[in-house]
Amino acid sequence: MSGVLVVLEQREGELNRMSLEAVAAGHLLAAKVGGECSAAMLSSGGGLKVGGVAKLYSVEHELLKDYTADGYCAVLEQLVKKLEPGYVLFPHTYQVRDFAPALATRFGQVLISDVVAMHDGDVGPVFVRQLLQGKLNADYRQTASGPCFVSVQAGSFRAEGEGSGAEAAVDVFVPELKPEQIRSKPGEPFRESAQTVDLSVAPVIVSVGRGIGEEGNIAMMQELADALGAELAASRPICDNGWLPMERQVGSSGQTVSPKLYLAVGISGAIQHLVGMKGSKAVIAINKDEHAPIFEVADFGVVGDLFEIVPELTKAVLAAKG
Amino acid sequence: MKILVAVKQVPERDAQIHVAADGKWIDEDDLSYTINEPDAYALEEALQLKEKNGGEVVVVCAGPERVTSTLREALAKGADRAIHIEADDLGERDTLGVARMLAEAVKGESPDLILTGLQSDDLGLGQTGVVLAELLGIPHATIIMQVEKTDLGLRVKRELEDGWFQHVEMPFPALLTIQSGGNKLRYATLMGIKKAKTKETATFSASAAGAKAVSLEKVYLPEKQKRTEMLTGTPAEIAAKLVEKLKFDVRVL
Ligand SMILES: Cc1cc2nc3c(=O)[nH]c(=O)nc-3n(C[C@H](O)[C@H](O)[C@H](O)COP(=O)(O)OP(=O)(O)OC[C@H]3O[C@@H](n4cnc5c(N)ncnc54)[C@H](O)[C@@H]3O)c2cc1C
Ligand SMILES: Nc1ncnc2c1ncn2[C@@H]1O[C@H](COP(=O)(O)O)[C@@H](O)[C@H]1O
Repeated sequence: MSGVLVVLEQREGELNRMSLEAVAAGHLLAAKVGGECSAAMLSSGGGLKVGGVAKLYSVEHELLKDYTADGYCAVLEQLVKKLEPGYVLFPHTYQVRDFAPALATRFGQVLISDVVAMHDGDVGPVFVRQLLQGKLNADYRQTASGPCFVSVQAGSFRAEGEGSGAEAAVDVFVPELKPEQIRSKPGEPFRESAQTVDLSVAPVIVSVGRGIGEEGNIAMMQELADALGAELAASRPICDNGWLPMERQVGSSGQTVSPKLYLAVGISGAIQHLVGMKGSKAVIAINKDEHAPIFEVADFGVVGDLFEIVPELTKAVLAAKG
Repeated sequence: MKILVAVKQVPERDAQIHVAADGKWIDEDDLSYTINEPDAYALEEALQLKEKNGGEVVVVCAGPERVTSTLREALAKGADRAIHIEADDLGERDTLGVARMLAEAVKGESPDLILTGLQSDDLGLGQTGVVLAELLGIPHATIIMQVEKTDLGLRVKRELEDGWFQHVEMPFPALLTIQSGGNKLRYATLMGIKKAKTKETATFSASAAGAKAVSLEKVYLPEKQKRTEMLTGTPAEIAAKLVEKLKFDVRVL
């Protein structure tokens, strides 16, 4: 087929938003490289329709009901061999991270992962991804021939309006797959014990990162949070270390929040953290590194030592409240 | 149980990063290096599995001479042996190239379990482990928080998005990519550091880099998209300015 094939992800018949962002990237890419943008979906039972793409390949097999890397790799290998797309695009979800690198390996290719932008190069498209936790950007290019595998990072391509439009014709693809090809046995998804705080409804959040250095300094942050009437939240390393409970973690593997104010203190702003707080109405960041990526999403920024600024801020807030 | 842990050496997190003159990578001259954080958790998981089930922990790292310091640290924490794959040209290899190097060194070892970090702090690919498993023809699971040995093989706890988890069972041999936070990291003891000196580090010379499937053409500072209003002054002045913003712009005071 040449062109672009976007592999959509769905859970229980619902398409996730990142899938539509991948479709948006697919349209952009198809416009650059020529050819059509089609989509594929695994095991949706045929109920899910998507508009605005040339064709929807519905890959149906009993053994695809529960996700396994072995099952997904085997059937997508068959589909890609059959369709011969120039590019295969994925949303950069945890599921895609789990199988897409292996799928690319089967074609002698390397997945260009978590792409945040694309532009035209001298020889074909250039894919931009982040290095060093967002401190640098890098341009990548496919140098092998054969299908090019790419996954796109959350929030990088605008999904508005994608997926609507004329419903695509559905082509059902029945792959060959045997039970013995699937070596792992997945269990049902579950959540840890009940949450005691719901950060998603907190109007003001003070969030702490590794910049606070040690556990004893949480108290200073708690004082600031109390002064502001805020909930205390954290980046992953703080919860990994057990300085605050897991349920206060913000990010792709933690909570998604959208407070009126998100005050990020000593947080660098890695993409996995940003996806959890980008929806905040206002963001203030305090960080000693002027190049920290958190400033990219901050409305107000302070470059400085949090140990000097936080106590002064707590005092000033208390004074302002009288 | 024989466990192999692939560890990568990466620049320290707080390092000041400068783009190299050729624009293809960063200036490595004044950088200090450390173990990739998730790899430290992978090592910890391996050491705890060994303490519970017996066996051996072998650490492997591909890179230039400097990476031996990271291997020594792993030995001091309790790994039994180390393998250094000598490669001065990591930049000339894509994920497939690095994974092939690791696969070559692993084959002679036939471990029951291979652990890698889920992602490296510098390249952030999150792929090397999965590609290695595919090259070796063994099953894998990614973003793993807990590992348990069962009668049939392994039962692991896998992290999903938004605070969800899932258990996955699989037979040996297998490869897991380890997420941070599953365990508490240990420090090397003085005793451990002493003992490490008697432990073996085998060197392996990497075969020549082959053709790449993808190439990194250029690195650069990201362009600022958003205009952030920066507040400056003494800490007290900054605090006063922040309070103004909280009152009149953000309206939370
Ligand atoms: C699959 C996956 C899922 C993940 N999920 C999440 C998630 O849900 N949530 C999450 O947060 N992360 C998550 N991460 C981890 C994420 O990639 C980052 O490693 C993490 O967010 C970094 O946390 P940090 O900003 O606190 O630490 P660092 O990146 O170490 O940043 C510390 C910052 O503090 C600053 N600083 C240091 N000292 C001072 C001082 N005295 N004054 C002021 N500033 C100072 C430094 O300049 C630096 O910017 C995930 C990673 C992966 C691979
Ligand atoms: N040069 C290397 N030597 C040993 N292990 C590596 C190397 N590069 C990557 N790895 C392993 O692969 C994991 C994922 O790296 P990456 O695919 O670069 O994100 C790391 O956490 C390491 O465990």
